[in-house]
Amino acid sequence: MPVLARTGNEAMAEAMRQINPDVVAAYPISPATEVVMIFSKFVADGLVDTEFVAVESEHSAMSACVGAASAGCRVMTGTSSQGLQLMSEILPIASALRQPIVLCEVNRALSGPINIHCDHSDTMAVRDFGWLQIFSENAQEAYDSVLQMIKIVEDVKVRLPGMVTTDGFIISHCMEKIETLEDAEVKTYLGEHKKMNSTLDLTKPITLGSLDLQDYYFEHRMPMAQAMIEAKEVILKVGQEFGAKYGRPYGLLEKYKLDDAEVAIVAMGSTCGTARVVIDELREKGIKAGMLKLRVFRPFPAAEVAEVLAGVKSIAVLDRSDSLSSQGGPLYTEVRSALYDAKTKPVLSNYIYGLGGREINLEDLRQIFSEQKSNQSGKIVYFGVRE
Amino acid sequence: MKKNMGWKELPHGDSSPAGTANEFKTGDWRSERPVWNKEKCINCYFCWVYCPDASILLDKDNKVAGIDYDHCKGCGICRAECPVKPEKAIVMKQERS
Repeated sequence: MPVLARTGNEAMAEAMRQINPDVVAAYPISPATEVVMIFSKFVADGLVDTEFVAVESEHSAMSACVGAASAGCRVMTGTSSQGLQLMSEILPIASALRQPIVLCEVNRALSGPINIHCDHSDTMAVRDFGWLQIFSENAQEAYDSVLQMIKIVEDVKVRLPGMVTTDGFIISHCMEKIETLEDAEVKTYLGEHKKMNSTLDLTKPITLGSLDLQDYYFEHRMPMAQAMIEAKEVILKVGQEFGAKYGRPYGLLEKYKLDDAEVAIVAMGSTCGTARVVIDELREKGIKAGMLKLRVFRPFPAAEVAEVLAGVKSIAVLDRSDSLSSQGGPLYTEVRSALYDAKTKPVLSNYIYGLGGREINLEDLRQIFSEQKSNQSGKIVYFGVRE
Repeated sequence: MKKNMGWKELPHGDSSPAGTANEFKTGDWRSERPVWNKEKCINCYFCWVYCPDASILLDKDNKVAGIDYDHCKGCGICRAECPVKPEKAIVMKQERS
């Protein structure tokens, strides 16, 4: 396996080169610009066969993606923050039309105030649009997950679009060592793009996206709900197969020293890497600390989360975004809901942190772990904000 | 009354067979109806080209033959585009008072 030095953006672009999608329609936006900029160079250099559509906005990017996917193409794009929000009108149409588009999303704070750095508010804002969402801890996971996502979304049980996210600048612009697959391996791994009977075909004319009122709208939403339920198993199967073939297995979540943990955090993305260091330190001091790293946010693996957290005494859920709901961040409310039927309920607190790219360092995580001893369940902390 | 399909019976992904708009009678949306005058019509096909609902009927010789009132929504574009002078070959009349 080739070992390369790549930033998160370069890793995603490399995965796209190997996937060689039929169509990529994209518009640049920091910090995701490089993903499609590097890819467009691959197109210009003739390294891929892709039709690259340089559109005038992200709304057009996603619209072109839906059109191309409806015509039976394997389609990818990339964006971030405001770009993802500008796609918002089309994102739920992509999922309703069951088009398996894969989006490389680089997490960045939403305006306003305008900010280009990492938090998860952009991805969280589109969490209920019928897109699968996988978070990456580092560039390696981003590369692996982009390949897997193609496989997952094209499964006949799923056929929903999916986004793989990295953390803006922290992963997207930091260089790491990654192991990649050979080009030929990727081609064999993914196979041919399968068309469905919802694909446009001149010999069998159909209408896509027609008006659907009180009599049928509900029935058309139901298969999306069912596909999201079934996606969980497909993600798991694809992740395990990837591990068996290439030595890096993936699940819905990852337990880090969690089995006997008394205090734990739940986190997503790059923060998990920092947390491992702190957990190792605490373990050396005899403190039973652990972490649940959530990889898949949509579909939300509620039963699995409840199962692995039920025995922990005190848990802090780390949200790198705030849903401004007045009852905590989106990850927290999902975890809290997942634990509602658990026999033993942990003390569960919420730390909203790192908004707009504010640093979360070892000392911050030490503090979060140390506060677990005295935290009341339901406590919501806006961590590190100045008064 | 026809029983509606359940979600498991629907075609994949919000797709439906082509041409189902034909079964949807939109004529009752109309507040004004176009009335076509055979004597004045010059068969220029302007109305047929511009009609957004394919509601201008042609006969077997491809001559304008009237209006499909099952689907015509009464937008009046046919009347606006009719080039016949001094009186147009299509006029709009109130559906009901």
